[in-house]
Amino acid sequence: MSRFSSWTTYLQVAPLSLVFLLFLVVPIATIVVVSFFDYNTTQIIPAFILQNYEELLLSPVTWQTYLQTLEFAAITWLLTFLIGFTLAYFLAFHVRTTTWQTVLFLVCTIPFWTSNVIRMISWIPFLGRNGLANMTLLKMGVIQQPLEFLLYSNFSVVLVYVHLYTLFMVVPIFNSMMRIDRALLEAARDAGASGWQTLINVIVPLCKPGIAIGSIFVVTIVMGDFVTVRMMSGGLSASVALMMANAMSLLQYPAAAANAVVLLILVLMTVAAMMCMVDIRKEL
Amino acid sequence: MQHGRRGPAFWLLAAFFALFVLFLYGPTLTILVLSFQGPSGGLTFPMNGVSFYWFQNLFEAQLVGDFAGSFERSLILGIATMLVTVVLSFSAGLAFRNRFRGSGFVFYLAIASLIVPSILISLGIGLLFRVLGWDPTWYTSAFGAHLTWTLPFGLLIMFAVFNRFDRRYEEAARDLGATPWQTIRHVVIPILLPSLIGVGLFGFTLSYDEFARSLYTAGTFNTLPLEIYGMTTNITTPVLYALGTVTTGVSFLVIALALVSVTWVQRRRARLGSDAGKAA
Repeated sequence: MSRFSSWTTYLQVAPLSLVFLLFLVVPIATIVVVSFFDYNTTQIIPAFILQNYEELLLSPVTWQTYLQTLEFAAITWLLTFLIGFTLAYFLAFHVRTTTWQTVLFLVCTIPFWTSNVIRMISWIPFLGRNGLANMTLLKMGVIQQPLEFLLYSNFSVVLVYVHLYTLFMVVPIFNSMMRIDRALLEAARDAGASGWQTLINVIVPLCKPGIAIGSIFVVTIVMGDFVTVRMMSGGLSASVALMMANAMSLLQYPAAAANAVVLLILVLMTVAAMMCMVDIRKEL
Repeated sequence: MQHGRRGPAFWLLAAFFALFVLFLYGPTLTILVLSFQGPSGGLTFPMNGVSFYWFQNLFEAQLVGDFAGSFERSLILGIATMLVTVVLSFSAGLAFRNRFRGSGFVFYLAIASLIVPSILISLGIGLLFRVLGWDPTWYTSAFGAHLTWTLPFGLLIMFAVFNRFDRRYEEAARDLGATPWQTIRHVVIPILLPSLIGVGLFGFTLSYDEFARSLYTAGTFNTLPLEIYGMTTNITTPVLYALGTVTTGVSFLVIALALVSVTWVQRRRARLGSDAGKAA
């Protein structure tokens, strides 16, 4: 590469890097700094104190909330993985023409480009006390009383997570599956493997990178979520981000910042563990 | 894959897929229907007549907050985010074809931007503006916050696209005497146009629907998702569904526009492409 072209290269990548520096690196650094600040009811005071962390980590509420968030993340991960893998498997290995594959793939991905808040709201007429689900079950005589747990409960929170984020599993796993050399499957069959054995011993191991990428998306989104928890639990459940949002609305910025730092460390550790399984750059 | 009769596994999986599609679209269809509820209708079935009452209600600004204003802001913000995302991702994609110092760092910044929870970025930018004594607005802080969400998608798509791009086209252009800019303008961009439209689709829709990253960055004037979220807490009429129908309609329009233009570009290419090397 000549001197000129390397200069052009830097110019080409500079604007994007600048956006990340100004709106990702500097803000995260600000959170870290502010988490050591002091505050009173009206303002934040520059200082270096550990009190925000002490108050956070010594409160049992914090631990309960973190556990609750991790529980949501684990359940959602398991469900989205099982459903997403099955859907991707159907698309990749059972749909025979490329046209149908593209059409069905689009059907799965289009909701990703629409509003999450609206998609949450749209569950309300479905799950409510007088909603479609209860009405249908009552008419069928399956239940005598409307089910109360359908809306504004942990059930509806997880249901909406699965509704919103299964797609993040389908896309990368489908991508991995499409790269599997079909000759390998034939070889497995010739060697006497049943369909199930081929799935477990050939397809799943080769899909690991896709599974890891999907898992990273789902787990990080659920760990940082508060809109779904607030809207779908009707204020009955808590999440770490919701706890932060509450601190923010009380103008306790340093407390929210300390919580944000702890959450960030937890998220990054989870992602690092999952990254060990995959080289993302090879996946493009 | 073998041809012939499909086994029971196929039908089982197909049924599962169909159920999932129903699960995916059912609720949205429900509110689509319910948004045409009669004036005396409620939030759930049954329908009390059919009307456009709630849509009219939506456009009377005083009744349901600042729908028109927030809609306009979200559209402008979405278009700006789309344009900047396309240009910056394309440009960075070009750069990443060469080895340069710090490429790993920029790559990991993009990955970090995807995995750091949106609410933390929102909080960070909000705090930063507060510490600096600036007022957050939808066209400064929220704009930057949205870019941190759309640019990683744009960059990753550009990586995938350039990995499959045949550099011999560029060499041919250079051999024919094209300047670097002419090569990009007349060779690279036309070939990559469908992917660039795809990046634009991500840029617009992700920004238009973004909630968490706007929360602490939008300032005084709400974007549409913030406005909708505010309404869910204090509005208990089907006007909420009318709003949902309208915004989902806009999203679908944009998606359809992107898909149609990609198909159009590809048809046009097939029609006008050279038939050199293809025997009659």
